[in-house]
Amino acid sequence: MTYQSQSVAKPYFIAAIGLFIGQILFGVILGLQYVVGDFMFPEIPFNVARMVHTNLLIVWLLFGFMGSAYYLIPEESETELWSPALALLMFWIFLVAGAATILGYLLVPYATLAEITMNDLLPTMGREFLEQPTVTKIGIVIVALAFLLNIGMTLLKGRKTAVSLVMFIGLVGLAVFFLFSFYNPENLVKDKYYWWFVVHLWVEGVWELIMGAILAFVLIKTTGVDREVIEKWLYVIIAMALISGLIGTGHHFYWIGTPEYWQWWGSIFSAMEPIPFFMMTIFAFNMVNRRRRNHPNQAAVLWALGTSVMAFLGAGVWGFLHTLAPVNYYTHGTQITAAHGHMAFYGAYVMIVLTMISYAMPLLRGRTQANSNKSQVVEMWSFWLMTVSMVFITLFLTGAGVLQTYMQRYTETPMSFMEVQDKIAIFYWLREGAGVVFLIGLLLYVSSFFIGQDEPEATVPE
Amino acid sequence: MINDTQNNLVIEKRKLPPGDFAIWIFIMAELLVFAILFATYAFTRAGDVELFNASQLSLNQNFALINTLTLITSSYFVVRAVAAMREDKAKNCFNWLIAAIFMGLIFLVVKSIEYNHHYSEGINMRTNQFFMFYFALTFFHFMHVVMGMVILGANAVKTRAGNYTSENHTGLETGASYWHMVDMVWLILFPLIYVMR
Repeated sequence: MTYQSQSVAKPYFIAAIGLFIGQILFGVILGLQYVVGDFMFPEIPFNVARMVHTNLLIVWLLFGFMGSAYYLIPEESETELWSPALALLMFWIFLVAGAATILGYLLVPYATLAEITMNDLLPTMGREFLEQPTVTKIGIVIVALAFLLNIGMTLLKGRKTAVSLVMFIGLVGLAVFFLFSFYNPENLVKDKYYWWFVVHLWVEGVWELIMGAILAFVLIKTTGVDREVIEKWLYVIIAMALISGLIGTGHHFYWIGTPEYWQWWGSIFSAMEPIPFFMMTIFAFNMVNRRRRNHPNQAAVLWALGTSVMAFLGAGVWGFLHTLAPVNYYTHGTQITAAHGHMAFYGAYVMIVLTMISYAMPLLRGRTQANSNKSQVVEMWSFWLMTVSMVFITLFLTGAGVLQTYMQRYTETPMSFMEVQDKIAIFYWLREGAGVVFLIGLLLYVSSFFIGQDEPEATVPE
Repeated sequence: MINDTQNNLVIEKRKLPPGDFAIWIFIMAELLVFAILFATYAFTRAGDVELFNASQLSLNQNFALINTLTLITSSYFVVRAVAAMREDKAKNCFNWLIAAIFMGLIFLVVKSIEYNHHYSEGINMRTNQFFMFYFALTFFHFMHVVMGMVILGANAVKTRAGNYTSENHTGLETGASYWHMVDMVWLILFPLIYVMR
């Protein structure tokens, strides 16, 4: 750690991992509910479990991004953070608001939650992923503004690099596009249309900038390759990500009542979306091959390479599978979407945050470069357990999705939704098994923070 | 020995591709996007040739021809700019770049007049499949011209600041390569959409 104020990243990372555990616990409950429908009913019904699973994911990733920014920006800007106190205050506000919201989901019926939080004054609730009460949404905006102010002022007073600039643009975009969650028109077409401005333009737009910047930062640190080379790649990658991702929003506008031309532009441009992810894979492996030194934190390098591959597979390949309008006509909203969602979120955003945590956390906890060998070995085991089980979750869901698409939509004698769900139950059981392995991997990951802490730091492998 | 050194120097000078390698990855990706767009256009046209031919008649070929000449001229100016820099004539290089950017501006103005003409006639992306492609393709290219002008503008600023020399002007070649790509795409777009029947 070069600057004292970088230490504010630590609580953000700890909270992120804590919420990650919650997300996976609910994931395992949810997975079981697919085959044992009344499991934990009425305490935790399926719709609530799903809401908690997805909302926790988003919230912990936001914690991860903010923590990453608080670590990365001072180091890139070569100056202390503008206001560490503000960063800590925002941490507690965000954590309390997040926890209260999740408790609200779990403890009272959703309609009651809407009433208590006075949703009718400015109705924004009730839409997938944006279920948060309006007050929580306002809280998110306040936290985001304070966060951007803090990061922005730090940037202004320090050195400006491509990495920090791309990171900042990504974070500003994240805040700006979230504002569309306050727009809740009566017209259902418009509602869906702008809903995607948050959902799509986050994950297939500005979040890719954040991912690219963090990846570039960790690669600069761990490989010692010239900054100029890495920044050049970063520029090309984000340009491709924006060109394909922005117009690629059209692949959500096929069947919601928008003009027909979206079927063309959505198909063509979203078919390009794998390109920036593929470039990221080439980029990461290239930089590691051209490394000037072996960094003792091999776990962080593994995460960095892993995220580039898994993001390409999950976001790129699995996205492409069902992005073309003629294909999507049959696959829309089936388990193929779920398969893509799982691997894309894990490969791109979970893994990039874990990459950053893996690199920064040892330094935040007083190591000079890396954790002990023992700790890293456990961390790498958790990498493989989580990653391989996620591959299996994706494959099982894809199997379920292909069958579902065929039996429910494609065949001459289509079956009803629930009949099909019964037929593909075996895939849900297998997915649940893989989910449990993922949870074990996650627990192993957490344990790596406690194992081998008294042992000396790992040394550079010759 | 001396021969070897000379050969190396020649190779150094004619480094291929010119400009930064990263821009070529970008150019290839861009060309791929345009290639797919053109192919989609061609396939869709094959499905309804009469509609496409009939709609094509309402386009103004003269405007498009002016724009073609404008872009080719601007590419020539960019070539002169790079050539001037190879002889360390920074002032000339700057002037050629400004001239090239000016030609880009003419292109944008002419294209805007054309768009305005269509809109005043009530023609837009939703009129039919031909116009959907026409507007989307030309507007996508329009944005590339804007982007190219921004890059050439950055090159001009750097030229004026004395950042390039005859030995080292990779940034200038990078910008020039991108501009030629934008020009080349139009050279396919023009016959494809305006002329071919």
